[in-house]
Amino acid sequence: MQKQPPWNDPRVRGWFFQMAAVLLAAGFFFNVASNTLDNLRQLNVASGFGFLEHTAGFGISQSLIEYSEASTYGRAFLVALLNTLLVAGFGIILATVLGFVIGIARLSPNWLLSRLAGVYIEVFRNIPLLLQILFWYTAVLSNLPRPRESLQAGSFLLNNRGLYMPAPIAEAGFGYVLWAFVIAVFASLILWRYSQWRRANAGAGLPVLWCTAGLLTGLPVLVYLITGAPMHFETPELHGFNFSGGLRAMPEFLALLFALSIYTAAFIAEIVRAGIQSVNWGQNEAGLALGLRRKDVLRLIVIPQALRVIIPPLTSQFLNLTKNSSLAAALAYPELASVFAGTVLNQTGQAIEVLAITMAVYLSLSLATSFAMNLYNSRIVLVER
Amino acid sequence: MRKLLFMAPMAIYVALMTAANATTLDDIKKKGFVQCGVSQGLKGFSSPDDKGDWTGIDVDLCRAVAAAIFGDPGKVKFTPLSAKERFTALQSGEIDVLSRNTTWALSRDTALGFDFRGVTYYDGQAFMVRKSSGVKSAKDLDGATVCVLMGTSTSLTLADYFRSNNMKYEPITFEKDDEVVAAYESGRCDTYTTDSSGLYANRLTLKDPGEHMILPEIISKEPLGAVVRHGDNQWGDIVSWSLYAMINAEELKIDSKNAAGMRESDNPEIRRLLGTEGKFGEGMGLSDDWAFNIISTVGNYSEIFDRNVGKGSPLGIPRGLNALWNQGGIQYAPPIR
Repeated sequence: MQKQPPWNDPRVRGWFFQMAAVLLAAGFFFNVASNTLDNLRQLNVASGFGFLEHTAGFGISQSLIEYSEASTYGRAFLVALLNTLLVAGFGIILATVLGFVIGIARLSPNWLLSRLAGVYIEVFRNIPLLLQILFWYTAVLSNLPRPRESLQAGSFLLNNRGLYMPAPIAEAGFGYVLWAFVIAVFASLILWRYSQWRRANAGAGLPVLWCTAGLLTGLPVLVYLITGAPMHFETPELHGFNFSGGLRAMPEFLALLFALSIYTAAFIAEIVRAGIQSVNWGQNEAGLALGLRRKDVLRLIVIPQALRVIIPPLTSQFLNLTKNSSLAAALAYPELASVFAGTVLNQTGQAIEVLAITMAVYLSLSLATSFAMNLYNSRIVLVER
Repeated sequence: MRKLLFMAPMAIYVALMTAANATTLDDIKKKGFVQCGVSQGLKGFSSPDDKGDWTGIDVDLCRAVAAAIFGDPGKVKFTPLSAKERFTALQSGEIDVLSRNTTWALSRDTALGFDFRGVTYYDGQAFMVRKSSGVKSAKDLDGATVCVLMGTSTSLTLADYFRSNNMKYEPITFEKDDEVVAAYESGRCDTYTTDSSGLYANRLTLKDPGEHMILPEIISKEPLGAVVRHGDNQWGDIVSWSLYAMINAEELKIDSKNAAGMRESDNPEIRRLLGTEGKFGEGMGLSDDWAFNIISTVGNYSEIFDRNVGKGSPLGIPRGLNALWNQGGIQYAPPIR
């Protein structure tokens, strides 16, 4: 065979072009980075992450941890991050429950129920989320009465400053109640196992659901009464402008939570419907033929198989909900995008650092969520034999 | 072909480098207008009128700069910016000058990479409350919910004030001025705080302005002025001297109507300002009638003050601190010589 010159050898050429592409890309990013640094230096803009230790000097309306104007920017970041996690966490739970209920209702043989679910889905998934947030905030919650004319139901109060609830305050001895609860949880787990074993061996399980419910509430309540009710409720009271004491959910938080969960639930409902419909109708018929009741067919046969289809797109919805919480900047809920990428960015002027941190946070939140969901997915995935 | 692949990115870099090194004035002359960052609508300072033209004292400063460079106050384009966006827009070069009721403060002047160029308006922060609330002084605001604009020096002063008076408060922060006002009007907050000029301006937009009052305490110094990027001193000089020209004109009693006649005045100060004597535009890269162009088209400081925020406007704010230094105020411009 005649020896080819190296520039005609396809392997050498391929290698050369790939190296060239990598070098070009590396050179481009290096140039962008060094150019940015040069420009920042020329403009005398401060850079680096030292600002996180400087005093923030501004107030935040809701914080789960100790925070004051004298705290640092780093602390403000944590406060904002926790607020994001709070609304995302509650939102995911609410959206999932609501989404499953509506998704199943959509498939109900009851004409009215399935039509209502259909209307819900079409309305809420087709209106932009930002509008829904503003609707809940400006149209619903800001029309609530002033603090002095609050709507009242027992110790619960609702006004345009938020929803006030009595806060449980533990007294000495409340620890026993918590222990009783922990014991009840373990006891129920054992009960579940035993019931499964019995079902497999003796053919009939125990009424686990009722037993568990009884255990989880009965045992702590019993201990609570025996130890002499070591807890009292702190009720909100009007002081000056606002109520103080008790627990309070800000209207901004409520508006964001409602909007996020109602919007996301519409998508989850469709995902649930798709999942259930992906299970062959024969499975239903087989279950019914075995004498299972409809709800048992759904619970034991259809949903476990549907979950395989549901989980991956459900994960995306959870991620979307978390990221969409950044729209809160429009309504003064102090979460990450508004406090950190808003106020802190404005005060320090360090856009690159602040945005890099913010993006890294959303990225890690998303990666952590999808990691957890993938773990769950790998457990329920169909094992073929 | 391979050569071209390497050359193309290089050419782009070279182009970028040279673009970055040109001065702001050269850029402006090349594109033919000044890009000016203003607010999204604050009456008296920068807001579009019913015909869609921008008006206000901050807007007039930008028009003055355009008049100094081009002799035409119309050669300016406005970018409405939220308080949160404004600094990034200036840093990134999206705008040439930020004239958006922005408070001159040390950290902004130094760490943010900016230069403040004179004080267009001396302001101070105050509170607005409902008359029905019975609050008569800012000291009565303990425990109040406060509506405030996100990322402003106002929100910091607010925090300082409550902290130093050992009072509690809850800040509700929005990104846009109209969102803050709407939240206050809906009763979400007990009080609304911003610079007192802003309170006067925004009170006009409320449903029943008479329902609301501005508390007497002024809790901060808020010197509002135009901002440019640090490092291009020639451009900064043009901005500050455009303001000084208008203040000097008021002091020398030159206004838009008599400017043309005053060029032949015997007073050497007037002759220098209007470019009849000396070559004062040269050092800034401008023509010598730069100040004449400002005064004859935009007006002197008292004209822009009166028509935008003063007695000729719905706001009706008295001159106060903004009167000239020889009339009981502190507006003072260095001499032109």
